[in-house]
Amino acid sequence: MPYASGYFKTNYGEDLVLLETRLQKASIAAAFAILLVYPMVASPFFLGLANQVFLAIVGAAALMLLTGYAGQISLGHAGLLATGALTTGVMFKEFGSPFWIALPSSAIVGAALGIIFGIPSLRLKGLYLAISTLALYFVVAFVGGEYETRRGLFSGVVISPPQIGGFQFDEGYKWYFALLAIDIVVMLFCINLVRSRTGRALIAIRDREIVAEAVGIPIRHYKLTAFVLTSAMTSVAGSLIAYYRGFVSMDAFSFTLTIEYVAMVIIGGLGSMLGVVLGALFVVTFPHLTEGIVRILPIPQSMANEVFAVNYAAFGLIMILFLVFEPLGLVGIWHRIRNYFLLWPFRRTRVGGGA
Amino acid sequence: MQVAANIVVLVAIYALISCGYVLIYRVSRVLNLAHGELMMLAAYLLLALGTLFDGSPFIALIGAAVLSLAMGLVLYVVLMRRMTGELVISAVLVTIALGIFLRGAIVLIWTGRLYHPIDQLLWRNPPIALGAGAAISTVAMVTIVTAVATYAALFVFFQFTRWGVRMRAVGENPLLAAQRGIKLHATYALAWAMATFTGGCAGILLSLDSGLDTSMAVVSLKAFPAALVGGLDSLRGAIVGSLIVATAEVLSIQYVDPLVSDVIPFLVLIVMLMVRPWGFFGTKEEIDRE
Repeated sequence: MPYASGYFKTNYGEDLVLLETRLQKASIAAAFAILLVYPMVASPFFLGLANQVFLAIVGAAALMLLTGYAGQISLGHAGLLATGALTTGVMFKEFGSPFWIALPSSAIVGAALGIIFGIPSLRLKGLYLAISTLALYFVVAFVGGEYETRRGLFSGVVISPPQIGGFQFDEGYKWYFALLAIDIVVMLFCINLVRSRTGRALIAIRDREIVAEAVGIPIRHYKLTAFVLTSAMTSVAGSLIAYYRGFVSMDAFSFTLTIEYVAMVIIGGLGSMLGVVLGALFVVTFPHLTEGIVRILPIPQSMANEVFAVNYAAFGLIMILFLVFEPLGLVGIWHRIRNYFLLWPFRRTRVGGGA
Repeated sequence: MQVAANIVVLVAIYALISCGYVLIYRVSRVLNLAHGELMMLAAYLLLALGTLFDGSPFIALIGAAVLSLAMGLVLYVVLMRRMTGELVISAVLVTIALGIFLRGAIVLIWTGRLYHPIDQLLWRNPPIALGAGAAISTVAMVTIVTAVATYAALFVFFQFTRWGVRMRAVGENPLLAAQRGIKLHATYALAWAMATFTGGCAGILLSLDSGLDTSMAVVSLKAFPAALVGGLDSLRGAIVGSLIVATAEVLSIQYVDPLVSDVIPFLVLIVMLMVRPWGFFGTKEEIDRE
């Protein structure tokens, strides 16, 4: 990263560390301190909101690998989340499995679906994956619906909270710390993946497929790896959502959910793991913000009833604006602000070509 | 016989929708994932114009069709032109975002309830007997005629007119086409306008026949496999694809389970992706070394 502080790397060890400067270490430490104190001061509503954000981060990180790094579009993210949730539901309902069996099986089923739907479409250049994931969504929604109907579970499958020994995850703050830990693991995994050989290969494929193949990157192999990884991770996210909510219903996994996750990666900033966090935070809190605004402003009642439509339209508009004017998303804005202050008081001087 | 009639009607609907996908994909390699919403918007515009020009339904109808043509032009000039030359994935993401925006805006303006534009226009939709016990509604008949006329017109356009040939050239190699003096932006804008026009016609006819609410976008998603099975850049393919998908769908409604019918187009799609992913008439698009 080009910093304007005259900070240079002198050995390979420094190239490998995640946190380079004292400021970065301090800000990460501060962030952790805030995250640890947060559940003690937050009301149950805000604690729930934080948990929603944490849950969203897992799924969004998976989609970011696929869209932001491998340059493939998935329109079946809701389908993959539903796969995880459904697998968990079936494992719990039919076999009474504990969560340490249900969670990995969700990952396996997700990965298997990834292989089935990924192989045919990733043979091609272009965006065939978008199409086959769309098919995946409809197939999963149909299978899930059929399962619920056949078993007479019209209001969904009820799942009891996961248990480790005598410890049960049944309260908001327990979930908070568990999900925080999971998110840290997921983020570290993704950050390290994208700066490894695999990540570099994916970025090369995204930026120019022909050149990537010319330098010897097996394109199909890496694209498939990316998609299978995404499917498995998303499936785990779906399983977590199922456990967190305590029930599985296909109604919760509508096509809108796909759109929300796509919005997260676009608004957060394609090709950045920080973008995942910012995007998830934005997309999860945004509806509550608009609801508050709608309630305060003197808006006609007919419009106030359609809060979800307001959100929908606003998401669409924000995504368009970001894609056209700031493809790097919230992260791009953040980088610009940071660079402004790093360079202050010298304006208009770009170091190393910018972020 | 009724089954055959149903198949023909559904083929006409899918063919009319899927040519919009094909037109845009053919010239610019962009999948227009907002096609369903644009189609829906045209139908809602008919509704609005029907109220505005109360008593003269034909003006409303023509107005809505013209507006849907203008919609494509404006959309390209204002939005999609900026994405020309960017990565195709960004352009596709923009169309997704556009679809979300339009859907939200439509619900905001018209709410999500079911409308019947045909009542607004004070028309009736009596069934026409075809003999052998089969009957289709008048609007369905008009849909079939429109689809045939559209494809005939598109064929003539691509084969014999100057702009049609230009469009094919741009689709084949934009760089060379631009160097020969073809105006890329004008060609792309025309393709978008044609796509929203045909899609708008499909949306209007569909809303006249079976009412209008936001679930119409699902129909356009089901027309997507039709475009792909035939080959995303082939109009001939769109007809064949519509035929296959519609036949499979109607037969499954008739003989298996109406619930399955929503998945059938996608199952056809998956089979096709495994066997011949570029479709029956499409250009082979394997990862190649251009």
